[in-house]
Amino acid sequence: MPTSTMPAPECLLSVEGVCKRFGGLAALEDVTLSVNEGEIFGLIGPNGAGKTTLFNCMTGLYSVTSGAVRLAGEAVQNRKPHEVVKRGFARTFQNIRLFANMTALENVMVGRHVRSHATVIGAILRCRRTREEETAIRARAHELMEYVGLGHKVRALAGHLAYGEQRRLEIARALATNPKLLALDEPVAGMNPAERQQMADLFRRLREDGRTLLLIEHDVKLVMGLCDRVAVLDYGRKIAEGAPAEVRKDPAVIAAYLGGAT
Amino acid sequence: MAWLRARPRLALLLLAALLIALPFLVGAGLGRSWVRVLDFVLIYALLAIGLNIVVGYAGLLDLGYIAFYALGAYLYAWLASPHFGLHLPFWAVLPLGAALAGLFGVLLGAPTLRLRGDYLAIVTLGFGEIIRIFMNNLNAPFNLTNGPQGMNLIDPVSVGGLAFEGQRQFLGLTVTGLHLYYYLFLAFTLLAIGVAMRLQDSRIGRAWAALREDEVAAAAMGINTRNVKLLAFAMGAMFGGLAGGLFAAFQGFISPESFNLWESILVLCMIVLGGMGNIPGVILGAVLLTVIPEALRYLGDLQRATLGHVAVDPSDLRMLLFGLSLVAMMLWRPAGLWPSRQRKREFASEDEHADLYDARA
Repeated sequence: MPTSTMPAPECLLSVEGVCKRFGGLAALEDVTLSVNEGEIFGLIGPNGAGKTTLFNCMTGLYSVTSGAVRLAGEAVQNRKPHEVVKRGFARTFQNIRLFANMTALENVMVGRHVRSHATVIGAILRCRRTREEETAIRARAHELMEYVGLGHKVRALAGHLAYGEQRRLEIARALATNPKLLALDEPVAGMNPAERQQMADLFRRLREDGRTLLLIEHDVKLVMGLCDRVAVLDYGRKIAEGAPAEVRKDPAVIAAYLGGAT
Repeated sequence: MAWLRARPRLALLLLAALLIALPFLVGAGLGRSWVRVLDFVLIYALLAIGLNIVVGYAGLLDLGYIAFYALGAYLYAWLASPHFGLHLPFWAVLPLGAALAGLFGVLLGAPTLRLRGDYLAIVTLGFGEIIRIFMNNLNAPFNLTNGPQGMNLIDPVSVGGLAFEGQRQFLGLTVTGLHLYYYLFLAFTLLAIGVAMRLQDSRIGRAWAALREDEVAAAAMGINTRNVKLLAFAMGAMFGGLAGGLFAAFQGFISPESFNLWESILVLCMIVLGGMGNIPGVILGAVLLTVIPEALRYLGDLQRATLGHVAVDPSDLRMLLFGLSLVAMMLWRPAGLWPSRQRKREFASEDEHADLYDARA
């Protein structure tokens, strides 16, 4: 897959006028944005701006009050989370949600669930197809562990991994679902500069390999250096969208988020 | 032990020989009533393996499990007793019982999909009681269950004209129905072990484990949590229904009393005590909790012999010791007597985490 089709970038994800209300509180108001195929798209905004709410609305954990979310043209809003994953949209969580008492490898193998087919009967009889599928699941999981740099930790318990490793494992688990779009919710939060750099390298590698990334991040420097385009949320509204350099100069953004930093 | 460990084939052979000879050894050493206890051990093992799928694998606390056992037993009684004049063979009735129980597993599962933990436990507990009360009262207007009197004269299992009752001589050994049932139950238990172990180590088993660990993350990783939960309920219930059918044929008589809340709790205790999620542990739990109460009956005789009268009713004593041992277990071996490696780590992890943080600090 070509990574940069400069003339007409294909739109992979489009969020169209999404509103989300919790009772009287409007968490998201008329948010519209689009993520193109093969780019790293940053979603930034101060605490409580509605970034994670938007993530949850896109991935089926929340229903939307109104509006639409389309993945490759197909509406995915108000679908069950597993249906969204099946259509190629995987995510990680802000507060890491691994299966702590399963091994690292098993966590990634769970990610293959949606791309495998063994039924109860198949599992009980262990017919050849099931065995071959299991072997393929295991092989793919090993491959992804290597990819995120955890090849030496396959047998470790997920809950016992160091913090940065857990973040990586969550990415490997999400990658196991073969996503077209990978959404990462604050993947470098709480990491030191060296770890952040490693993660940024991983994200670039993912982009080179043809993945599309949607990134929630607080670290403005990282976002500006990494993302092709960014959108800024504030109080549930989108206040800017565009190339990092432009957004950085936007007075509304400066007022709401960057403060006097620039 | 190490010598045996290095020779797994020989160990397996010895185990098989022991399992085959066991009812005769027990019968000769302890008397025939203990062969009966042995049969019950296997029925409870079957129940515990089934409940372990729901509670141990998928992490859904089910306190009404015995209802599925009751359904299997009553279906057997309906289809193989003079009550309706039907006398279908056991190989036809048992699968039907398992299927009926599986269906009810889904029926119970469907409305409880959104419930977790304590709430689920209360609803399943209610379900268990509803089934028992139905069985207790369905003797009018149409006599379905014969009410509290229960149903009797249930056909024993019969294989190729050989009914599992009475006794006959074979190779100089006295083989009774109790012995034959032992082998039948053993076959079903081994089958259940095979099925449960294969399910655990499969795509389905991983989905159950993921569900138990974190339902939201499981859904976000593409697991259809509704289907996977219903599947766990149905699979567990099927084992319960199967065990119920076997129980009805074995006893020849069933009544609602056999399916009360205590039985559900007993099976749950077997799992917790033995080691949740681990098949050998679960079976150990079933063995201990069936054998120990029987052994404690001798305390009555002991009191009569030493004191001349029974000072403490052994059945009260049984409950007391039972409670004490459970409390002791929870204090010193919370993961169970024979936990799965995973479970062991789960309970040990707090200390290890402490090390981890120290090392990083």
